[in-house]
Amino acid sequence: MTFLFHTGRYFLFLKKVFDKPVKLNIFFKQIIDEIDDLGVGSLGIVAIISVFIGAVITLQTAYNIELPIIPKYTVGVAARDTILLEFSSTIVSLILAGKVGSHIASEIGTMRVTEQIDALDVMGINSASYLVLPKVVAMVFINPFLVMISMGIGIFGGWAAGAFTGVVPSAEYIYGIQYAFIPFYIVYSLIKSVVFGFLIATISGYWGYYTTGGSLEVGRCSTRAVVVSSIQILLFNLILTQLLLA
Amino acid sequence: MIEVKNVYKSFDGVEVLKNVSARFEPGKVNLIIGRSGSGKTVLLKSIVGLHEVDKGEIIYDGRSFTNMSEKDRKQIRKEIGMLFQGSALFDSKTVEENVRFPLDVFSDLSVAEKKERTNFCLKRVNLENANNLYPSELSGGMQKRVAIARAISLNPKYLFCDEPNSGLDPKTAIVIDELIYEITKEYNMTTIINTHDMNSVMGIGEKIIFISEGQKVWEGSNNEILISDNKQLNDFIYASKFLKQVREGFLKKGI
Repeated sequence: MTFLFHTGRYFLFLKKVFDKPVKLNIFFKQIIDEIDDLGVGSLGIVAIISVFIGAVITLQTAYNIELPIIPKYTVGVAARDTILLEFSSTIVSLILAGKVGSHIASEIGTMRVTEQIDALDVMGINSASYLVLPKVVAMVFINPFLVMISMGIGIFGGWAAGAFTGVVPSAEYIYGIQYAFIPFYIVYSLIKSVVFGFLIATISGYWGYYTTGGSLEVGRCSTRAVVVSSIQILLFNLILTQLLLA
Repeated sequence: MIEVKNVYKSFDGVEVLKNVSARFEPGKVNLIIGRSGSGKTVLLKSIVGLHEVDKGEIIYDGRSFTNMSEKDRKQIRKEIGMLFQGSALFDSKTVEENVRFPLDVFSDLSVAEKKERTNFCLKRVNLENANNLYPSELSGGMQKRVAIARAISLNPKYLFCDEPNSGLDPKTAIVIDELIYEITKEYNMTTIINTHDMNSVMGIGEKIIFISEGQKVWEGSNNEILISDNKQLNDFIYASKFLKQVREGFLKKGI
C-alpha cells in the first residue's frame, strides 16, 4: 500500500513540477545557479572517483590475464568498455544520487519544515515547480557532461596506472582503447545519464517536498531520497540496457 | 472583509474545526485567540488556502475562495501578505532579495523601481541598513520585521500573522504589534493575527475571536474581553496567577 501511495503521489507531484514557470528570466537564472551548485560542484568528486576506478579496473584486468596468448591491449579494451558502458553512467550516477540527492532532499525538506514552502504557496507560486523544475532541468542537462568527463578521466586513470606500474605499456593501452570501438556505447551511456539525472532530481525533490515534522524527519527523508534514487537507478539501468543493447 | 462560514476541517478523522463562522473586518486588527492545539492555526491556514476545508466557505470581499479555481485563487493570493511564526524567510537570499522577491515574481517594475520599493518597505519596518545581511545574521525580532516588509511589498489588502510574537522578548513583541497595527491602519488592510499573547490581545485586539476545541466560543473587542462572563474565555485569559489576583482584586473593589 505504501509503495502504491508513494508511486501515485510521485506522479501527481511530477504533474505539479512540470508547470509553466512564473517568469522565464527567474527560471533561467535558477537553472544556471543549479547547474553551478549541483553539476560544477560535483566535478571534484566525479574526477577523483573516476581516475581511481579507471586505474583499478586496468590493474585488476591486467593482473587477471594469465594466458600469454592474450594480447596486452585487451586491458585497454576491457577498461574502455567497463568505463563507457557501466562505470561512468551508472556508478557515477549512484554516487551523485548520494551527493546531489541528499542535498536536494535536505534543502527542500528544510524549506518545508521552516514554512518557506508555505510562504511560496501563500504568494500564489507553484512551489513544486519553482523549487524542483530548475533542479530537474539542470540535472538532465549537466549529468551527461559529468558522465563524459568521467569517461575521459577514467580512461586516463587506467592509462596512468598501466604506464606507471609497467603492467600495460602505454602504446598497447592506447591501441586497446581504440580497438573495435563502438560509438553507440557512448550514446547508450549518455541516454542513461539523462534518465538517471531525471530520477535523482525528481525522486529527491519528491521526498524533500513531502517532509513533515522537524529536523529528524529532514534527515530521514534525505536518506530515503538516496536509497530510493539508487534503487531506481539500478532498476532503470537494467531496463535501458535490455532496451538499448539487446 | 473576510468571512468564514460554517467551516469544518479534520485530519485523519480528528475534527479540528467544528462549524466555525466569523467575520474579519477591513482596517481593523482581528485576533484569533485560543490555547495551543485549539485549532487557531488550522483556521488561519484554511483561510489562506494552505488547508482545504472539508465543509463551509471562505469569502474574500464577496469572492468565494473555497469554490474558485486555482487560477482565480492566484489573483487573491497576490493580495495577501503573510507573516509566519518562524518568519519563513528564504535562507539563501539576503534581506533585500527576500523583500524584493514578490516584486520580482509578480510585478513589471524596473530594477530601479523595485529597489526603491524594497528600500521603502525596509525603512517602514526600521531596517534601513540590513539589505545585504542574510536571515541567519538577524535576531528574531529583525527577522519578523523583514517578514513584515516582504508581506507588504505588494501593497496587500489582507495581512495574516501566525503567532507574530512567539520567541520574542516582551519589548520586541510590543514593537512588532505596534508595527502591524500601524500598517493595518495605513493600508486599510484586513489583518488577522493568530496569537495567545495577552499583551497583543489587550494592546491591538480590535476584534477578537476566541477558539476552544475547534469551536468559536466568544467574539468581542479588547474592551469587552475583561468583563466577559464566559468561563472558558476567563479560564484562558486568567490562566496566570498574577492576572487572576488582579481580576479578583478588581472584582472585590467593584471595578
